Amino acid sequence: MTSSAMTLRRPIRIAPLLDTAGAWLLALIWVAPLLFAIWASLTPSGQALNFSGEVRLTLENYRSAWDAAPWAIYFRNTLFLVTFTLIGQFIFCTLAGYAFARFDFFGREFVFVLVLLQLFILPEVLIVENYAMVSRLGLFDTIAGMGLPYIASAFGIFLLRQAFKSVPVELEEAARIEGCTWLGVLWRVYVPAAKPTYLAYALVSVATHWNNFLWPLIVTNSPDTRPVTVGLSLFGAPESGVNISTISAATVMVIAPLMIAFLIFQRQFVQAFLRVGIR
Amino acid sequence: MDQIAPYQRRRQSLYGWMLAAPALILLTVFALIPTVTTLWASFYSKGTVRRPSAFNGLDNYTSLIHDPAFWTVVWNNALYAGITIPFSIAIALAMALWANASISLRGVVRGAYFTPTMLPMIAAANIWLFFYTPGLGVIDSITGLFGLPPVNWLGQPQTALWSVIVVTIWKEAGFFMIFYLAALQTIPPDLKEASAIEGAGRFTYARRVLIPLLMPTTAFVFINALINSVKLIDHLFILTKGGPNNATKLILYWIWEMAFAYFDRPHAAAMTVLILLFLGAVAIFQFRVLDKRIHYR
Repeated sequence: MTSSAMTLRRPIRIAPLLDTAGAWLLALIWVAPLLFAIWASLTPSGQALNFSGEVRLTLENYRSAWDAAPWAIYFRNTLFLVTFTLIGQFIFCTLAGYAFARFDFFGREFVFVLVLLQLFILPEVLIVENYAMVSRLGLFDTIAGMGLPYIASAFGIFLLRQAFKSVPVELEEAARIEGCTWLGVLWRVYVPAAKPTYLAYALVSVATHWNNFLWPLIVTNSPDTRPVTVGLSLFGAPESGVNISTISAATVMVIAPLMIAFLIFQRQFVQAFLRVGIR
Repeated sequence: MDQIAPYQRRRQSLYGWMLAAPALILLTVFALIPTVTTLWASFYSKGTVRRPSAFNGLDNYTSLIHDPAFWTVVWNNALYAGITIPFSIAIALAMALWANASISLRGVVRGAYFTPTMLPMIAAANIWLFFYTPGLGVIDSITGLFGLPPVNWLGQPQTALWSVIVVTIWKEAGFFMIFYLAALQTIPPDLKEASAIEGAGRFTYARRVLIPLLMPTTAFVFINALINSVKLIDHLFILTKGGPNNATKLILYWIWEMAFAYFDRPHAAAMTVLILLFLGAVAIFQFRVLDKRIHYR
């Protein structure tokens, strides 16, 4: 770290200053839209662009945004969706990842390639037929219908397979001698060893499904199942005649939980995306 | 010994299949079967009350290709990908270099770059909508100070797609930065010292050392960005709804519209098959070319 700091200054003296200025400027540009949304959500309607300093900040927009839609139910639905999806992914991907990592079963390579293909054949592209499938299964407008297509995540299977493969076989053999069954070995040896991978995958999965929109839009039909993103899209529709300040308040409300979590656990989040992203 | 080994192998095989089965069943139900039924549906005409749907070969594909909207949408998506990918990669690289350099408030800067990644696309679109609103929006208010006339950024075909592209770049760059950041931290600092001793300036170092070393990351980010250019359409629902006059309609949005607004399942299926073929080609490219040439693991 310190050596790179030294070498940075070597070529030209002005360079580090320019670097800092450039980095800050870009950072400012990057958060400006968000800061503006927060500002707009706190100003009386029609005053969002009045920077004269005479504006009295208010929480009125939040009150009217909150009263205009069943947000509590939307948040509950998102929470259910995220939990359901994550628990399902943990169970299904753990079992499959274990199979692909440690069992030499017939047709393994071929099946694994089929699984990996799902990294490219995205659930998003198959919306039409997945919608038909979910309706056929009677899961239209349910949390399960929203979550199920994402549960056998190729990405999760791949990640956990990698994590399990890096566990020394000796550990498994030791547990076997102690009398552990196949599932016992998985639970006592592999799952604890892959804890960091689980944490990273969980953060990424929660962030992804908290923010997911297109699929929930298609398979939900009532406020009782709609997640916050779909609720927000209906709320922000120009036809609804809501003004900038109220929409800003609703937008900030929707992103606040994840943003606050991100600010607190910034390091873990970035690490999680890193761990999950490098293949 | 000879009797136990095949027995062990059979048991391994059985356990392996049993463990993988739940995930494989779900993948079959939500990936394999839908892919097959999409292909199937693309060969059948749209059924009406009087005429049930019938096999019509490639008719759906030919009428799709003769639809002028098809070429508009494909061109839009190509432009969308062609601009967002290089720009978000370049910005991501710059961000990573800065977020890795020894500057003050580095943590804050890093967080600022990454923030848009954590937003739902719908929220991002809402935020940007206020920037683009003609006359009253942030951009017009600023340009208005310099006496420039208001512009209907999202309402006119010349600027609408570009406005959408800006939002996508803003949303994606911080995400891709993360991967460059990780790669940069694996590059030994001696390389920089060595090239400095050899008299190489920063730009020579970047061009000759850094960028070649970051090639695997760039390839990975490129594939991700390419897939995102098909997948990321949420903001269209808020910003433009594909308009004006199809100027911002992207392929997946068009599929959604055909299937769920016009209930034209056969053409939606045909378009889905074409995009699946494209994604399949990307997958083959990744597995066959990139993974062979660039050493990931």
